[in-house]
Amino acid sequence: MLSLLWLIPVLPLAGFLLLALCGGRLSRQQIAWVGCGSIGAAAVTTALVAIDFFSLFPAREFYQQTSWNWIDTSGMTVGISWYLDALSLLMVAVITGIGFLIHLYSAEYMAHDDGYARFFAYMNLFVSAMLTLVLADNLLLLYLGWEGVGLCSYLLIGFWYREPEYGTAAQKAFIVTRIGDTALAIGLFILFTQFKTLSIQQVQSLATEAWPVGSNVAMIVAMLFLIGAVGKSAQLPLQVWLPDAMAGPTPVSALIHAATMVTAGVYLIARMHHLFELAPMVQEGIAVLGLVTLLLAATSALVQQDIKRVLAYSTMSQIGYMFLALGVGAWPAALFHFLTHSCFKALLFLAAGSVIHSLHHEQNIFKMGGLRRHLPWTFWTFLIGAAAMSGVPLITSGFYSKDWILWSVWSSPLSHRWIWFGALLGAMLTGLYSFRLIFRVFFGEVRTQPTGESGLAMRLPLVVLAFLALTVGFLEMPHTLGNVTLFSQYLSHALPTTTLLPGMDESSEVREQLAVTIAALLGIGLAALLFLPGSLFGARETDQSTTHPSMTLLQAGWGFDRLYDRLFVQPWLAATRNSSDMVDRGYEWLAVCAESCHGWLSHTQTGQVRWYAASIAVGTLMLLGLFAM
Amino acid sequence: MLSTPALVLAIILFGLGLIGLLSRRNILYMLLSLEIMLNAAALAFIAGGARWGQVDGEIMFLFILTLAAAEVSVALGIVLQLSHRFRTLDADAFCEMRG
Repeated sequence: MLSLLWLIPVLPLAGFLLLALCGGRLSRQQIAWVGCGSIGAAAVTTALVAIDFFSLFPAREFYQQTSWNWIDTSGMTVGISWYLDALSLLMVAVITGIGFLIHLYSAEYMAHDDGYARFFAYMNLFVSAMLTLVLADNLLLLYLGWEGVGLCSYLLIGFWYREPEYGTAAQKAFIVTRIGDTALAIGLFILFTQFKTLSIQQVQSLATEAWPVGSNVAMIVAMLFLIGAVGKSAQLPLQVWLPDAMAGPTPVSALIHAATMVTAGVYLIARMHHLFELAPMVQEGIAVLGLVTLLLAATSALVQQDIKRVLAYSTMSQIGYMFLALGVGAWPAALFHFLTHSCFKALLFLAAGSVIHSLHHEQNIFKMGGLRRHLPWTFWTFLIGAAAMSGVPLITSGFYSKDWILWSVWSSPLSHRWIWFGALLGAMLTGLYSFRLIFRVFFGEVRTQPTGESGLAMRLPLVVLAFLALTVGFLEMPHTLGNVTLFSQYLSHALPTTTLLPGMDESSEVREQLAVTIAALLGIGLAALLFLPGSLFGARETDQSTTHPSMTLLQAGWGFDRLYDRLFVQPWLAATRNSSDMVDRGYEWLAVCAESCHGWLSHTQTGQVRWYAASIAVGTLMLLGLFAM
Repeated sequence: MLSTPALVLAIILFGLGLIGLLSRRNILYMLLSLEIMLNAAALAFIAGGARWGQVDGEIMFLFILTLAAAEVSVALGIVLQLSHRFRTLDADAFCEMRG
């Protein structure tokens, strides 16, 4: 069954082609069947492949398959070839599994949209590109998928293209991520000139042999890869596109801007971990970058008014945790947080979509309230998602993954104490902003009357994801609590295990866990005090309270948009407005020259036959004269 | 050499034809001049064939004859159309393609 591997990215591609070529002729029901069916089939194929993969697992750590020769010139051979190991299987399982649930949800959520076929076509193309990215055996194929998901992200953010703002948001996402993509491409060029191959495994083994730890080339390449990852994963300083990307339909935000695409950067760094281990400075940079992003995003999430923007900032913040884990060398912990995050964040987005759906596309949380009784399914699933994100101890998956990250930060030789305190503060803020959302949206008085709970196709994914958000964490439990190590054992065949500082015993781990627990509960308690209607400070925050300058700054995501506008956009626009451009002068002269030549030559076109005959005769004579000489 | 006077004659004929083609404005006379030029070229082929003792020259002559016949029939058709449309045979009047 492993030989079916190539089918996994091809099935969604086939769905895309079918919908793109004859989507107009299919009925809505058929479109939904094709759109969901292709992803469902990919998920089933993944399951079959996984069964086969596990049958021989620890003995055979990876499986390679070449479907096609893509580029074959002297000195460069690039195949459409796939590489399956523990890491890529995890990614594929998440993409197809959660992708299928989100497609199912969209079938109802988008049911009355004009661009139904277009929506599913883009979504299928996205899944195909994302699967190509994670299954690619060489960096060029990975780059193809990388650009493919960027394209689909652009198309889906601007899905409702009649709104000019949405088009701008789409362009912003495209252009900002393009900066990272360019850096990644330059990184690929350097690797290719050095090693004459782009195969991920070969490049890394050659790099480990050729470059000493901390060498300049390794640093530069790792830096370029990091910029690529930062652009895709919306980390500082390229994070500005993600909040605006919420212009897309909510299932898009769930699939692309929460569960899968934005974690591509995490995947890239994990996939290229040998390279990053050669550049310890860069790796340390990842940790700091992750920490700063998670704090900035968490504080911004505290004051947003749009339900989806809160979730967007929370996504940035949670990916910041993953980067932090990668930076301190806790590779499996980062991937574990990726797994739990994609469950609970997809759940949160879908539940938010359900709220928005029932409130006639109202997204301002100050116009929501009291939905607890009207939307019970949505409420409970949202509550589970928020609890998992805040890391409510013992029962939610978020606790286990976040605790693992924080424990790694505490105990890793690559980390510092202040990073741990920062991350702990972030954990507290997570609880605060998640439950602010819960209390604003689901408690208090009803401000906008909802139309009622959504149908089965939307409820089923919510329930499944809520179940996953609670239980996925049990795959890996710290040895003070249950000591389950399924996940780290599984990933130890693809990623290096975390190294701990000496002298880290159980008592320090228990103390660290207590700190994490208290931080999360403190955040939730604070949220209850501040935002629960009728409590001590309840309902003091209103629409108007955001006039305070510090609030405005936070609401604008620390003003990065304005900064970049001043630094890059305005100078550029000023330069383009300058009409006395030297370069332009050269081209203008060329145009004048061509125009006068044209005027001069057009006199010869008299339209008279005799003139033409004479020209032919003279021309012939001149030619003959030329030959005679 | 026998062929030299024949070639001189051919050149003279060709020159006369060319002058006629360029100086005449009546399109029928232009066609006549064109015929003279074609025949001058044919004569040059005959002379060449005689000089080298090859039949190729005569074969080319036959080709040119055929070509001239075809050309005249097409050209006369065009002339007929032109005189229908413009009510004149003046070649300079047909200058609608001026650049």
